[in-house]
Amino acid sequence: MSLDGTTLLTIVLMGLATYLTRIAGLFIAGRFRLEGQARAAFDAIPISVLTAVIAPTLLTSSLAESFAGVVTILAAFRLPLLGTVTVGVTAVVLLRLALG
Amino acid sequence: MASTAHRPDSEWRAALADIAPAMVAGMPFAALCGALAVDKGLSPAEVFAMSLIVFAGGAQFAAIEIWSTPVPVFALVVSTLLINTRHILMGVSLRPKLHALSAVQRVLGCFTLADENWALAERRATVRVISPTYFLLMGTAFWASWVVWSLAGALLGPVLGDPRRLGADFAFTAIFVALIVSLRTGPRSGAVVAASAVTAALVRALIGSPWHVLSGALAGIVAAAMLRRDTPEAR
Repeated sequence: MSLDGTTLLTIVLMGLATYLTRIAGLFIAGRFRLEGQARAAFDAIPISVLTAVIAPTLLTSSLAESFAGVVTILAAFRLPLLGTVTVGVTAVVLLRLALG
Repeated sequence: MASTAHRPDSEWRAALADIAPAMVAGMPFAALCGALAVDKGLSPAEVFAMSLIVFAGGAQFAAIEIWSTPVPVFALVVSTLLINTRHILMGVSLRPKLHALSAVQRVLGCFTLADENWALAERRATVRVISPTYFLLMGTAFWASWVVWSLAGALLGPVLGDPRRLGADFAFTAIFVALIVSLRTGPRSGAVVAASAVTAALVRALIGSPWHVLSGALAGIVAAAMLRRDTPEAR
């Protein structure tokens, strides 16, 4: 087990950069009153960020992922979280086998 | 509807029950992250340090991808910063829902802010007040799990094999789909999701990662504002 000096320094800087992004929002929030359009935009943050993270996987990676995505979305309207994940993972394994 | 009296035992139970699926889904990713890092020449101790200090899956995968000798310190730090800018949006959104936490609890607790525990906290906030126990325990458990399993991956690397074979890589996608569905508020959420998804997919294909996250998120946010203008009477 070894720790290189430059590597450790890089890791610490990466950690600092990440922590800054994690707490920056805490200090920005609440500095302005939000109404109307600004309020609607603000409320849309969670769903917009989550969607942007996974959309490329579902839309542009392969047919298996896209079809499994449809199955997962349907499951998500009926099942709790763990059930949805089970259905989604099973679907992607079967579809990858079927579609090569 | 929002209960202010938190029974600590039910709060920690809820925290662990909510984060457990994300911890299970995260195991193969953490292990893969550790295995790839060792393959790039990092020691298990360095993998452990990175997961402990950085604790950001997407940024760590990207860092390992561009890791070389000599270490490109600047590129690594900038890439990490870019990939993690979404945390700023997440923090802005979550801050007003963390009013039951002290300032110190917020600043320390947000060290473990990640996509999954943030989304679960957002979901929690739609039905009740987020308690300190709930938020801090959920984040700490998720963080500890990431550290332990990435170290395991670094030590066991080659034995684990390809996580794609078991569909483990899709578990995160499925969790996010479920969270998006549970966070929807009405038909306009569909338009927001569509704007974000199409933009993110196009930007990822045409420009590349990590720009798709910010641009997709902004498209969704702009769509929400525009829909609000079109129907000023709607709640």
